[in-house]
Amino acid sequence: MRSRSRPVPDLSPTLRMSTGQDDGPVAAGAPATGAAEEVKDAHGRDRAVARARFWEQLTQWMFIVPAAAYLLLFFGYPIVKNIVMSFQQYTTTTFYTGAAPFVGLQNYAKILSSDLFSKALLTTVLFTAGSILGQFVLGLAFALFFQRRFPLGRVLRSLLLLPWLLPLVVSGTTWRWMLDPDTGVVNDALRHLHLSSSGIPWLTGTSQALVSVILINIWVGIPFNTAILYGGLQDIPTHLYEAAKLDGAGPVTSFRHVTWPLLRPVVSVALVLGVVYTVKVLDIILVVTGGGPANATETIATQSYELSFQQFEFGRGAAMSNVLIVISLAFALVYLRANRRAQNA
Amino acid sequence: MISPARPPARRIAALLTGTLALILAATGCGAGTGGGSANGKVVSITALDYYTDEPEHSQWGEVLTACGKSAGVTVEQTSVPGASLIPKVLQQASSRTLPDLLMLDNPDMQQIAQTGALTPLDQYGIDSSGFAKGILSAGTYKGKVYGLAPDVSTVTLFYNKDMLSKAGVSVPRTWDELKAAAAKLTRPGRYGMAVDANATFEGSWQFLPFLWSNGGDEKQLDTPQAAQALQLWVDLVKSGSMSKSVLNWTQADVHDQFVAGRTAMMVNGPWRIPALDKDKNLHWGVAPIPVPRTGQTPITPLGGEVWTVPQTASKARQEKAAHVLACLNDSSNMLALAKQHFTVPSRSAVAAQYAEQVPSMAAFVKNVAAARSRTSELGVKWPKAATGMYTAIQSALTGEQTPEEALRHAQQIATST
Repeated sequence: MRSRSRPVPDLSPTLRMSTGQDDGPVAAGAPATGAAEEVKDAHGRDRAVARARFWEQLTQWMFIVPAAAYLLLFFGYPIVKNIVMSFQQYTTTTFYTGAAPFVGLQNYAKILSSDLFSKALLTTVLFTAGSILGQFVLGLAFALFFQRRFPLGRVLRSLLLLPWLLPLVVSGTTWRWMLDPDTGVVNDALRHLHLSSSGIPWLTGTSQALVSVILINIWVGIPFNTAILYGGLQDIPTHLYEAAKLDGAGPVTSFRHVTWPLLRPVVSVALVLGVVYTVKVLDIILVVTGGGPANATETIATQSYELSFQQFEFGRGAAMSNVLIVISLAFALVYLRANRRAQNA
Repeated sequence: MISPARPPARRIAALLTGTLALILAATGCGAGTGGGSANGKVVSITALDYYTDEPEHSQWGEVLTACGKSAGVTVEQTSVPGASLIPKVLQQASSRTLPDLLMLDNPDMQQIAQTGALTPLDQYGIDSSGFAKGILSAGTYKGKVYGLAPDVSTVTLFYNKDMLSKAGVSVPRTWDELKAAAAKLTRPGRYGMAVDANATFEGSWQFLPFLWSNGGDEKQLDTPQAAQALQLWVDLVKSGSMSKSVLNWTQADVHDQFVAGRTAMMVNGPWRIPALDKDKNLHWGVAPIPVPRTGQTPITPLGGEVWTVPQTASKARQEKAAHVLACLNDSSNMLALAKQHFTVPSRSAVAAQYAEQVPSMAAFVKNVAAARSRTSELGVKWPKAATGMYTAIQSALTGEQTPEEALRHAQQIATST
């Protein structure tokens, strides 16, 4: 409030910086010009300027503080705590006594040397690659499809968002019923269509279970990809397509030379966000297979959950989730680099 | 009573809530006020259990209220879903907000006692004599009794009388009979047998009667005895007498399959009886779990919940809680609770009296007398062995490994640090 009664402060930080630098010599030079009145005046002005600058800086800090505090409290603290925890030994006793001795790299050594880790890592890679491939290709196909105008197109497009709107525990449980090897509707349909006599062990076969969770995750991820890619397609000017058509380009050629290059930035956003979301998927796997059968659908994320919240080995759980963070971070870096290269080109 | 019936979605929701609470606890963000009122007269105490389902919840509520009255306090009962009880207890332990009276599933008790969050019951002058050996050992940690259970239970074989008589099958007593009966009872849309082979402690709990009755031991899992027991389950699945979905079924799912007529026999516990009785068209019977050879007695795991008095700030409240605990475990309440829940009183003398009064439960009384507690040999290391066990069950039933290989791996898990 007080700063408003003072000379209006400069809002641009760079300008403020430059006036700040100029102020010095002016203020220093003022007494040298003579008259006491002027000196007093200059002092007053000097103080006023200094005060104005103080309030202005304070205001600026006050704008930053909530955001910074939020980031530190809700992003910084958990990450730092997680890193610290990964070097500590947690047991159930820790909860009562609070004693969690530091054990150095022991937690990392234990999780990295366990035979489950390499299996879980492979599963994570397969799960992520399969999910992203399916989600992206189908999402793109739907986006291109809905770009055409046809009756009920808008209604259908909004219906496509449905998987996104359902709570994952609900859709996961529903899928679990549908994929039940004995009584599920999927195997029932296959049997009636004479495609499979005994039915496919969707949730009870070790390789089939992984395929099942990937398929479900694709189903969950299609709306996200469609929405983002559809938005990207809307931004491509229609006159380019018209021009391509005049030059005799068919649908395939115009997709390759018009749609794809112009959609590239959106594609990379969709892919990187997709990877980061998929690497850490926990709920679907937990609901549908619980990581089984025989650990066939155990990923790094479910392993981390299990260590922390079922075996109460918070130290190892934290170490495992740090591995997950590093993987996500690697993808984020790849994305940033690709982005920079695209900008430089 | 290890897992009351509850739909999977609710179970997972409960898990996730528990998870959130635990995250807060692990990061030291616990809130809330402690067991409070140190001065003056104690008028109420808190109790925590996992009896969320009716009529169990109100039945326990009534007993707690009555026992509270005799101690001159009101008891505020809180029930959380089974899966989130331990996370909740750990959270309360870290924020020093443990209830005055705490119920724990018996295999969990030693682990909680190890943390130091519980008080030994002898300091309140509670008499623990006359209790059956199994349940007393589950409630004992380092030579001191921390928890007492009024009633206990164990798993047994349930069968559909109509299906057995129609197929001309008599109740199986041995493993060979079980395999033959299950095969005969299997037809399109129906399996002969069902167990819980889930990748959780529940799966291990259901496997124990087969392991123990064959002379196997949780201390050493890579033995021929254990492999034979696991081979029995593998054979049942391979022959098609048991659905491969047992890999994903909880005890509640197994119960649902039985009620829906999709399986003729199942392994489950007497806490299912009230629900089974609701269906008037379902004619079911119980029998001991089949044993390897004729004439053997099945050794089953002991189920049941022990009541404990946690460390709280107020000695006066602890005294009151101990008074209520003693009341829950007195002979008449024990008998009443056992009758309500189709369980067995945990004092041997009361159990004998019960068998006379309720002849239909005599078989259970006999079973429970031979039952072993899961933590009697391994103590706080039991969860590791249980993890090894269900991992082996899953690998063997999916055909990833032979029972021998799977159990060798299980032993590695059980002895890992």
